[in-house]
Amino acid sequence: MDLTLVPLLAILSSLAAVPLILWSSSKPNLRETWTIIAALVKFGLVMTLLPSALNGESVTLHLFDLAPGLPLALNADPLGVFFAVIASGLWIFTSFYSIGYVRGHKEHKQTRYYASFAICLSATIGIAFSGNLLTFIVFYELLTLATYPLVIHTETDDAIKAGRKYLAFTLTAGLLLIAAAGMVYYYTGTLDFTPGGILGDADIPYHMMLVMFILFLGGVGVKAGIMPIHGWLPAAMAAPTPVSSLLHAVAVVKSGVFAVLRVVGYVFGVDVMGDYGFNEILIVLSGATILIASLIAFAQDNLKRRLAYSTVGHLSYIVLGIALLTPLGIQGGIMHIAAHATMKITLFFCAGAIIVNLHRENISNLNGIAKVMPWTMGAFVVGSMGLAGIPPINGFFSKFFLVSGSLEGDMMIPVIILIVSGLLNAGYFFPIIHRAYFRKGEGLEKYGEASPFMVVPIIVTATLSVLFGLFPNLFFNFFDLASQISTSLFNSVSP
Amino acid sequence: MIESHLPALIALTFVLFAIMIPAFGLWRPSTSQPLAVLGSGIASVLSLYGFASYLQTGSIRYFFGGWEPPVGIEFVYDGLSGFFILVINTVAFFVFIHSRKIARTEYPGKEMPYFALAMLALLGFNGMILTGDLFNLYVFLEISSLASYALIAIGSRPAPYAAFRYLIIGTAGGTLYLLGVGFLYTITGTLNIIDMAAMLPNFAADTSVVAALILMVVGIGVKAALFPMHGWLPDSYTYASSSSTALIAPIGTKVAAYILFRIVFYLFGVELTDAVIPMTTIIGSLAAVGILYGSIMAIAQTEMKRMLAYSSVSQIGYIIMGLSLANPLGFAGALLHVLNHAVMKACLFLIAGSLRMKEGHSDISLFDDTYRKKYPWTMAWFSVAAISMVGLPPLAGFFSKWYLALGTIDNENWIFLAVILISSLLNAVYFFRILENVYMMNPKKDQKEAADAERNEVSFSMMFPTSVLAIALFVIGFANAAIVGILFDVFPM
Repeated sequence: MDLTLVPLLAILSSLAAVPLILWSSSKPNLRETWTIIAALVKFGLVMTLLPSALNGESVTLHLFDLAPGLPLALNADPLGVFFAVIASGLWIFTSFYSIGYVRGHKEHKQTRYYASFAICLSATIGIAFSGNLLTFIVFYELLTLATYPLVIHTETDDAIKAGRKYLAFTLTAGLLLIAAAGMVYYYTGTLDFTPGGILGDADIPYHMMLVMFILFLGGVGVKAGIMPIHGWLPAAMAAPTPVSSLLHAVAVVKSGVFAVLRVVGYVFGVDVMGDYGFNEILIVLSGATILIASLIAFAQDNLKRRLAYSTVGHLSYIVLGIALLTPLGIQGGIMHIAAHATMKITLFFCAGAIIVNLHRENISNLNGIAKVMPWTMGAFVVGSMGLAGIPPINGFFSKFFLVSGSLEGDMMIPVIILIVSGLLNAGYFFPIIHRAYFRKGEGLEKYGEASPFMVVPIIVTATLSVLFGLFPNLFFNFFDLASQISTSLFNSVSP
Repeated sequence: MIESHLPALIALTFVLFAIMIPAFGLWRPSTSQPLAVLGSGIASVLSLYGFASYLQTGSIRYFFGGWEPPVGIEFVYDGLSGFFILVINTVAFFVFIHSRKIARTEYPGKEMPYFALAMLALLGFNGMILTGDLFNLYVFLEISSLASYALIAIGSRPAPYAAFRYLIIGTAGGTLYLLGVGFLYTITGTLNIIDMAAMLPNFAADTSVVAALILMVVGIGVKAALFPMHGWLPDSYTYASSSSTALIAPIGTKVAAYILFRIVFYLFGVELTDAVIPMTTIIGSLAAVGILYGSIMAIAQTEMKRMLAYSSVSQIGYIIMGLSLANPLGFAGALLHVLNHAVMKACLFLIAGSLRMKEGHSDISLFDDTYRKKYPWTMAWFSVAAISMVGLPPLAGFFSKWYLALGTIDNENWIFLAVILISSLLNAVYFFRILENVYMMNPKKDQKEAADAERNEVSFSMMFPTSVLAIALFVIGFANAAIVGILFDVFPM
């Protein structure tokens, strides 16, 4: 079967839904049907790429020149497919959940909401399949732009302020990325993502290398939520919860860490990173982020904000794994992309269900809610345990590899950070569970479980978290894929 | 056959229509605007045809009456002039389509003189670009300037004052340029650019050559609104009629930038330009300051046309900075930005004109969410043009920024790189402010009025040019590799 066009179709499938969504704006049921169809088609297309990705093959497609010598190149390599499977797969659940959420919450301007969401997914898959840095930038900026209407969706003053903050951070990051890409192009004459990096052969003075690294760090670090440039993420929680779940726990932030991996493994190359000692900068920053974000999470009473800081921390798990520059560490980082995605989306879904159903956003108001929302809170327990790294949930597995990766590189400090962070995670999640299950709630009599549109996705994502923990290779062979990507980064550089 | 006469035909089209419009206008004033559309339309088609034949057969030197220079005068239709001609005539065509309604409301009864003057202004602009003779260039410069002064004076009450100010400053600029030409003439004894370019290297160290260069750059700098010689621009653009602004803003300063390209790359050559004083560095630094200054001033404005005017000061800086880099990437970036900025700014000024026509003002602080309901398409196109101005892919504005950035990196000029990037952020500040108002701000005054806001989209004659220009931004964005490929070939070094 000829797969050449599949990456392009996978990107376009949700974009094609946008006119249909706009056109059927007065018929909500039809409009949502388009979203669901687009999500299923997109996922189906991405899945056809999985077998070749498992064999380590890439599907490449050069469309037209974006600039002379720089084509709009799509390259569905194993890493890209890995990310695309996660993003497109979870979009299906989010679409169902969105229907329950925005209708239950009686949100305004729902057409704009669904249309922007579809564009975001196109941009995310575009990021996953970008074959060179310029193509990547195009989709990266498109993602920024398409997320903006979602962040400001409620149009309250807070949301508008959050939107400004979001744009200020992400547009600045985009510009740094453009500068960095320009410099790479100047020194190497290419922008293609190559396993093992493209800067290794070029003769570049140290200070220029450092400048490029800092520009890249700023460019991709914002979306990856590395402190101190994470500020937009908690602010963006002003968005409706499905947006927070898919975009600010999966698509946008994972695009950030995905970009970190692309830059480290495919632009700089593992060797160059190590030779110049840039990985140490990354380890320090991500390690600090993990600890500080976990501590800040304790202080948040707003559930979504607590989850946001937890996200900041867990993104840095992935960055830390990449920065270890060991095969197991990178594998752990890649696996945590998937693990954190399923667990955090579950938690955000739960938070959203609580908001829609009980109109409660603060943790201090959650006493006793497990009685009325048993399924939701059950899923919440699964997600929290996973993030704290308790087996058999998939969060344990990725964390295990992160720890092994640190040991492989003879680094003790990351191990300590990971262990402490696991405790901190438990520390800020378990009080929520305690309140929900063991305290007596008030005014809950008239409430029941949220609508099935919301509860079913919650249960499915929670179940997936457990299943992937028990069988890492279930359905998608995530484990094999991750180890294969990780080895490809090391094999190609050894002479 | 027609190819070899194209340079003259393009200019003559405007002469013909500058005569036809008064002739028909005296009979029926309503014919003026369609004739202007027709004239600029013919010129655009000829320009397109000319550029296509340039791509196939190369440049044309057209000797008037068969007299060869230095005795006769010539028009030079090469890649650079062909490109500029194509851009300005096409943009003018769309602006004239849009002027129909504005002419009736903003200066009723004066359509005939207005469009006749507009034809003369375009004759001047086309002549400046096409001519191969420095003195001839001055003549066309004055034709276009005099017509522009008059066009700007047609507008709101302060417009004549703004036009007068422009007249004083512009005449001073023109005179400086002429003085510079005089210096060069006394040394070389020719006014033909190609002849003179061959002779100038012999006089590299001559102080009068250096003086001539400075005089010409300053003189043209005034016309191009190069910082700090931009003082005339904001008032003129703000107070002039919307149709005049939309015509002059995308075109006028570009033509002046073209003359700078001509002088720096074709007359003196980069080496000679920088021989005694680091001229390109000076121009580039002024442009860099202008970029930041224009953007910051634009943020401070509350009136849309005035904001766009300051934004023009900033954007012309991009073009001149690209010139100052003197490498193929900077050159291609600057020329691509000529095209992009002409399209984006024309689109934005047309929208400002449409809003003035419908709402009677274009005060940003009064924009609110009813605008989205009243003018859904106009606002959608505004968003497209604004996002392109900010420079986000895949719209055209991103790519000129990309090539300019590559150009600065090529010269290892990190300050200019930073300026380009910071300016994009500043652009984002002043454009997203409007988008926020239009898409999110609930109307302050009367809630009832807002609820009643009904679709009140502008008429076809205003919608069509705006839509075409906005869609063109996508097309240019996707096709930029082809355009830039051509521009690389045009680069003279």
